[in-house]
Amino acid sequence: MCTVCGCGDTHEHKHEKNHVHFGEGEAGVSVPGMSQSRLIQVEADILGKNKIFAERNRQYLTERGVLALNLVSSPGSGKTTLLVETLERLKGEVPVAVVEGDQQTSNDADRIRATGAPAVQINTGKGCHLDAHMVGHALEKLLLDEGGVLFVENVGNLVCPSAFDLGEAFRVVILSVTEGEDKPLKYPDIFASADVMVLNKTDLLPHLDFSVDDAIANAKRINRTIRVLQVSARTGEGMQDWLDWLRSALASQVTGTSHGQVAE
Amino acid sequence: MHEMSLCESILDILKDQAAREHFTQVRRVCVDIGPLSCVEPEALRFGFDVVMKGSLAEGAVLEISRPAAEALCLSCFKTVPVRQRFDTCPECGSEALQVTSGEELKIRELEVE
Repeated sequence: MCTVCGCGDTHEHKHEKNHVHFGEGEAGVSVPGMSQSRLIQVEADILGKNKIFAERNRQYLTERGVLALNLVSSPGSGKTTLLVETLERLKGEVPVAVVEGDQQTSNDADRIRATGAPAVQINTGKGCHLDAHMVGHALEKLLLDEGGVLFVENVGNLVCPSAFDLGEAFRVVILSVTEGEDKPLKYPDIFASADVMVLNKTDLLPHLDFSVDDAIANAKRINRTIRVLQVSARTGEGMQDWLDWLRSALASQVTGTSHGQVAE
Repeated sequence: MHEMSLCESILDILKDQAAREHFTQVRRVCVDIGPLSCVEPEALRFGFDVVMKGSLAEGAVLEISRPAAEALCLSCFKTVPVRQRFDTCPECGSEALQVTSGEELKIRELEVE
């Protein structure tokens, strides 16, 4: 290797006329008595690149006064139904747009578009989460109106999305009552990183042994400041609380209140 | 398996470093993976070997250090060691712990040629 330019070629440099090479060793360095291997201090954040993309997304969204929410949950928690019902209720009041993440199919984006909301589907292929780079490209395809809400529906997965900041203002984890109340303890990272927990499908509670109090206590044990909203997207119960939270979050975005400071 | 995409990120960092520090071969990659960082070391190891194949770090050793995780107890105000997010304070038993370290996910050092 050339220690001047760092290239690993066979040294036919078009950019240099007089290039003199010493050393034909594996590392191309001829220093008698010295090992060719060396240590480099790096101190590089493995998620650094994602964080840079996430900050870019956040800046782009903040400049437009757009409130971005990253919706995470296990598959089947009712994310898309909650989203469709939310979009129906916000119609005519607030501009909305949706980024849908799934491994395959555009089924969810089709359901969203049926409400009249613009939606971009990201298929991650074998990928188990959205990252900030993918969302950045989706944003290029969406016309975001100032002061609107962008919903990013992540891939249904309670593990992998937790490490990947997408540039959202708030992360919302959806837990349905048909799952166990110990999910926050089993999958602590995602609950630790969320700002809000929506406890969904509460209309099914009479048929289940699910303890709402235990579920909330477990979530608070992982994340003391997490806000909990109880909702049934199917019957509409609790939707008003969710919409009220959305409106106050949007107001804080427009007035530039920083992350996590939505009024009680 | 988000560990796979983390390995892709590690490879990106290695390539950037190779251009900056002028090396062509990576022998050892030393990473700090905090116990609260949502990374499973064995999954990372598996992904590392697969992702590094055919790259400048093919055959490189992945050395994983696990720095201790600590939290501030909001009841007794002591800094205490924790192993999981739902641990209670070993001093006073309180559940009100605020994690202060243990989420590290970084490349610390490389051995290169």
